[in-house]
Parts: sequence; structure tokens; C-alpha cells
Amino acid sequence: MSALAITGMGVVSPTGQSPDQHWSSVMEGRSGIRPIGRFDAASYPVRVAGQVEDYVARGSMPSRFIRETDRFTQMGLSAADAALQDAALDPAELPEYAVAVVTASSSGGTEFGQKEMERLYQHGPSWVSPYQSIAWFYAATSGQISIRHGAKGPAGVLCAEQAGGLDAVALARRLVRDEVKAAVVGGTDASLCPYGLTAQLTSRRLSTVNEPERAYRPFDASASGYVPGEGGAMLIVESVDEARRRGARIHGTVLGHAAGFDPAPWTGRPSALRRTMERALDDAGIGPRDVDVVFADGMAVPADDADEAAAIGQVFGGGGVAVTVPKALTGRLHAGGGGLDLVTALLAMRHGRVPHTAATTDVPGSYDLDLVLDEPRRHPIRHALVLARGHGGFVSAVVLGA
Amino acid sequence: MRRAVITGMGVLAPGGVGRDAFWKLLAAGQSATRALTVFDPAPFRSQLSAEVDFDPRAAGLTERETRRMDRAAQFAVVCTREALTDSGLDLSRVDPSRVGVSLGSAVGCTTSLEEEYRVLSDEGRQWLVDHTYGVPHLYGYMVPSTLAVEVAWQAGAEGPVHLVSTGCTSGLDAVGTGARLIEENAADIVLAGATEAPLSPITYACFDAIKATSANNDDPEHASRPFDARRDGIVLGEGAAVLVLEEESRARARGARIQAELVGYGQRNNAFHMTGLRPDGREMAEAIRVALREARLDPTAVDHINAHGSGTKQNDRHETAAFKDSLGDHARRVPISSIKSMIGHSLGAIGSIELAACVLALEHQVVPPTANLRVPDPECDLDYVPLEARDHRMDVILSVGSGFGGFQSAVLLAAPGTVRP
Repeated sequence: MSALAITGMGVVSPTGQSPDQHWSSVMEGRSGIRPIGRFDAASYPVRVAGQVEDYVARGSMPSRFIRETDRFTQMGLSAADAALQDAALDPAELPEYAVAVVTASSSGGTEFGQKEMERLYQHGPSWVSPYQSIAWFYAATSGQISIRHGAKGPAGVLCAEQAGGLDAVALARRLVRDEVKAAVVGGTDASLCPYGLTAQLTSRRLSTVNEPERAYRPFDASASGYVPGEGGAMLIVESVDEARRRGARIHGTVLGHAAGFDPAPWTGRPSALRRTMERALDDAGIGPRDVDVVFADGMAVPADDADEAAAIGQVFGGGGVAVTVPKALTGRLHAGGGGLDLVTALLAMRHGRVPHTAATTDVPGSYDLDLVLDEPRRHPIRHALVLARGHGGFVSAVVLGA
Repeated sequence: MRRAVITGMGVLAPGGVGRDAFWKLLAAGQSATRALTVFDPAPFRSQLSAEVDFDPRAAGLTERETRRMDRAAQFAVVCTREALTDSGLDLSRVDPSRVGVSLGSAVGCTTSLEEEYRVLSDEGRQWLVDHTYGVPHLYGYMVPSTLAVEVAWQAGAEGPVHLVSTGCTSGLDAVGTGARLIEENAADIVLAGATEAPLSPITYACFDAIKATSANNDDPEHASRPFDARRDGIVLGEGAAVLVLEEESRARARGARIQAELVGYGQRNNAFHMTGLRPDGREMAEAIRVALREARLDPTAVDHINAHGSGTKQNDRHETAAFKDSLGDHARRVPISSIKSMIGHSLGAIGSIELAACVLALEHQVVPPTANLRVPDPECDLDYVPLEARDHRMDVILSVGSGFGGFQSAVLLAAPGTVRP
């Protein structure tokens, strides 16, 4: 089987709206976590979030797409546009069913939905937008990307909260192997409206520290939970053979994937983290020593951090691999997180720099973790392992190579 | 090559709880659609529904489970239990990391999200909703993946688990994707199916706004009329179905009763319009061809088609064209039916419920009818098996779906041992 090449990247993130902007923010430790600006958050215990503050969809796409869509889909469309441009790929120039679209979705068009429910209850059914059904549902982004770019291959939508973005790449890999030439794949989320934030609060994993630079500190002794964010990334994937044939620039390759699921909390059984990482390495045909960096999930909830540190130690040996959590600069992007971590990892490989975990300063010795702190670390990266955990027990891991 | 077979089934559909009641309804050609009762329908254009008479306690859920789970999750868990029992699997003898879940749903936990919204926003009065009243499971309602979590917990699955949410084709895509997990050796057993409990005011408002639902409120029992010249839209329904997919050699080794084999799956997108369909059915036809190619079957091998048949004019013409395009002359000979005429359209769940119906049709060698089809639409000129079930010799059944977002899916099921050695 020909390896899967990543030939396009599009980013809409609190750290920037292009891979380059995002990478310079990551290198400089410049955070996109700021006081919430989309509504007055004064009455909520969480008042900071990773936001794409200067995001403007209008002007970059036909206005009907704007009217029909929630912000999460607009961000997905923008990122898909950029990724296709980066890959110099136009689905319209390929055979009719040659391009697939696969997105991860974590909570759909939350803000659009809240507005329309407000109309329903304040004014009645006839006030509800005719676009509510297609803006709110989880498949909105895949459907709109397919229309915008004439992509008539299979269209997938996977939901596994934060783990969904990596699972989507695995599904795209299967489709490229079996039936299409290329796939647009990734995810976005934008649930920073009052109802979206309120729902997230009930996960009891959100940080109530409201100083932006101290709120989200994965693997820190004073970790206080995570900060929510919005945005994500889209990738273009195709077979290495196809990419070489058309002379595309290959940002990196997907070599392995595995997914697992944590047993129910009351069973006392161990997490699926270790096994999932090992299976992803097996799938890639490499061993732990071939991996130069792990992009960890980094929930910043002490029990979760301890679990994850232990699993990484079991696979790679205590302190045996450089570990980083660049999402400390964006907050957790849910469906958007997996794709953005892949972009960061690809850029890290290109530049030979392991990003630092900017907000973390004090890693407990018991974690036995080589977490890259303070500044990026110069180091050639042969392979990177990207790990993600989704609410409820989802675990997904992707191995990237040059 | 690894293949997926069906060794267990659980189904919850309007008109009666469980597999036997479900088949009885279909074979009798009886409609379970009725006037909407779950909330006051007065302000809505469409006041029809196909509801499941479901009592969570009688179905075996504890008080704690009932409080935690959205109705869609309750359906899925009850179906999972029924499917596991039906399969005869002893999960204590299975490696949990080889058990996966591929569940479908179009709108997730919408009903609970809306109920909680009403409280937190004081009936829509407060944009800044009151977070202090947020129930502990609210985030679980916001992320539809929770439905897959509940099924995974129920089955003790620790392998690949996900929710598929491709609108109204979710129920076909979840099963198709679940079979792939077995084929590519990521799992040996997959709980694959779909669930939906969308009967809430916001759902009705959504469909009212685009006039996709039937307003035939004076005649609820005959409101869902696919392929009939007088049809005027969808009747919203609810329900779930979960199948136990198992790797074939494993199923044979343990002497499991193989109920059907999954022999083909294809999916395409029309890249045309989020809710509109081109009348030529081109992309659905292609999805059918992809499924036939995978199964290495000629169009003439299809013995019955379970149609999407949602009861909208554009759908009925779209898929009639798709059948002609993909099956050629054989389209005129193959009996086609839409069970949505009896159990309504349960959005993401319906694809799996219809696959359950296909398994039962194979078992009984009976094609369920298209109920309420009395005045044929002259533009829909195929054999839609009106009103009465038909005895029919069948080895292979094609089931198709079409949904908002442009999704077009096709799944081929075969009676055990008929397509492959």
C-alpha cells in the first residue's frame, strides 16, 4: 500500500489563519487565549478562550454560504479553500468521483442553533430560519465543502469529540487506498456562544483560572483544567505515488493510525492509551525508538495528565521521548484539534524544531516526562506521534513520517 | 479476505417494540404514523409523527441510566442489549480491544439539548443562559459522540469507537463503516447501527421552514405516501437498530447463526445542494454501482430494493431515475418498497432500521409493501409493491438512502452463503 501523503494544509486557529502564522505563534509561544469577546462572559466562571478574533468569512466565499452556515462550517470552508490552494488541487479538474471529503464534528452549529431556538421560543416556529436544519447538524461542513468544490466522492462525518480529527484522517486514508485520488480531511469547532460554553462547563474539566497565560497548563503541577477554543485545520491527502506523479509538495506522510476506547470509569480497567499508541506504531511498522516527538493530548486535569504521562512512559520509557502540547496556545478545539496538531507536527518535522509547551513551567517528577518547556528544541524529527482523547473515552493516535 | 456478517440484531421502531413486533407490522402493511403527541403540535405546520411507545423502565433501563441518557441513547442501549443477546456472544470470552462501535445519528441528543436550553434560557428570554442550572450531562448532550459512548459501555468495547453523522444516510454509513473496521482488521466484532429521537419542537420547526414534512394532518395514518401522486412530504419518526457485525470465520467457528452478509457498500455526494436533488439520480446510481462492484454482482442479482422513499416528490423521482440508471432494464422487474410509509422517517436511524427490515425480509422471503400507495405517480413507473406484502424468493437486497448534505448511500445484504462460498 502506498503511504498517504499530506500535500495541503489550511489553518483557522487562535494562533493564526495560515500554517505560517500558526507556526510563528507556536515558535514564539504567542497564545491565542484571551478574554471571551463574542459575548459578555462576566457571569460565567470561565471567561477566557482560544479565539480566532479577526476571522472574517465574508468576502472570501459566496455570500449564500455565509447565510446558510454556522461559524464552525465557515471556518471549515476557509481552511478547506486554503488547503486545496496549498496542494494546487482543484477537484473540478479530476475525474467525477475522485475526491472525498471527511470532516470531524464535535458539536455542530452551536451558535446558529442557540439563535434559532431563541427565535422559536420567543416568537414561534415561523421565525426559525430555513437554514437551521442544514447549519446546525453535524454534517454541515462536509456537505458544504463538497458543494463548494464539486467533490462527489464519498463524504464522511465522524464524531468522537477531540479524537475525531485523527479518526477522520484514518477514514480518509482508507478512502484513498480503496477508491479516490485525494481527500479533503480535517475538522473545526466554534462553540463559544453562551449555551455552548455552559454545556462545556458541565464537563467539569474546564479551567476557572481566568488569567489567559495561566489558565491552560497541561502536565503542570498546578494544572487546573483546559480552556475551550475555536477553529481547526483541513488537510489534503493523496497517495504518495499520485502526489509524486503530479509533482505536488509533500508536507509529510501518514504512516500509521489506531483507535481505542477507555473502559467505563466504574470498571477499574486501564485506559486504552498505551495499547492505542502501540498499535499505531505497529501499523506504521516502526518502534518507539523511531519516534522523536509525541504531541500529547494534555487535558490539564491532574488525573488525566497522570494517566497519559504513565502511558507514554510505558511505551517510550520514562523520559524516553520529547513530549509537547502546543494546544496550550489555542485551547482545546474539539473536532478541530486533531487536524491542527497534525499541521503543527508536520511543520515541526519540516523545521526540525519541537515546539515547547508554553504555559507549563513545573512538571511533577512523578510524571517522568520529557515535556519540552521554555523554548522550542532543535531536533531532527523522523517520526511524530500525535495523540488525542475525546470526551467519554475516545482515544486516537496517528504516526507521521517525512 | 476478512468479511463482516450479521449475527445479531436489536430494533426499536414505531408500531411495536422488538424484532417480532416490527416484522409483524411490516408484513401486515400497517401504518404506525399518527397525530403527534409528545408536545403540543398546534403551532406547527406538520402535526404528524411516527412515535415509539417506549417505557425505559419496562425496557430494562435503571432510573440512573434513564436520567443520564437522552432518549436516543436509551434507544441505542436497549437495541444493543437485544442485539447482543440475539447474537449469543459471550463477551467475557472476547478481547474487549477487538470490539468496536460504529453508531449513526443525524441530530444526536437534540431533544435533551432543547429541553435544557428552555430551562437555562428561561424559554428563550436570556441569550446569556444561566449556567448554574446546567445539568451534569449537558456536555454529553452537546457532543453526539456520547451516543456511541453509551453503546461502547454497554458492550464493554475498547476497540475503535465512533459516531457517524452523515445526516439521513448515517444509518447506512455507520454499518458500512463498521464493516470496514472488521475488513481491515481493526476489530473482530462491531456494534453497528443508528439511533434517533428527534421529535422535538426545534426539529418540527426546521422541517416546517422548508416544507419538507407532510401537512396531511387530517389523515395521520395515511400521511406517509411514498411514490403516490398525492404525497406531500416526510412524516418524522424515531427509533433505533443495532446490528452485531462479526468477522465471518470467527462467527462460523463459534457456530453463530449468520443472519445476513454485508457484501457491498458505496457512498457518493451530489455536490449539488444541501437539501435539493437533481432529478437524474446520477450520484445515487453511482453509489449503487460501487456497492455492486464491491460485491462482484450484476445488477440482475438484486432481488429487492429497500428504497429511501421519503415521500417527497423530488426524492421519489430522484431515486426512481437512480434505479433505472444503475440497474437498467432490471429496475422494471425488481420489487421496490419504502417502509417509511409505515414507520415514518427517523432521519439518521432509518438506514439501520431498514437494514434490520432487509435482514427480516431475507429470513421470511417476503417483501414488505409500500403502504398508502393508491394513486401511482406516473413519473414513478417501477414496481413499488403497493399495499400488500409479497412472497418473493430473495438472496440479495439493496438498501439505499439519501440525505441533506448531498449524501447518497447504498448497502447490499445477502442471505448467508448465497453470494460467496
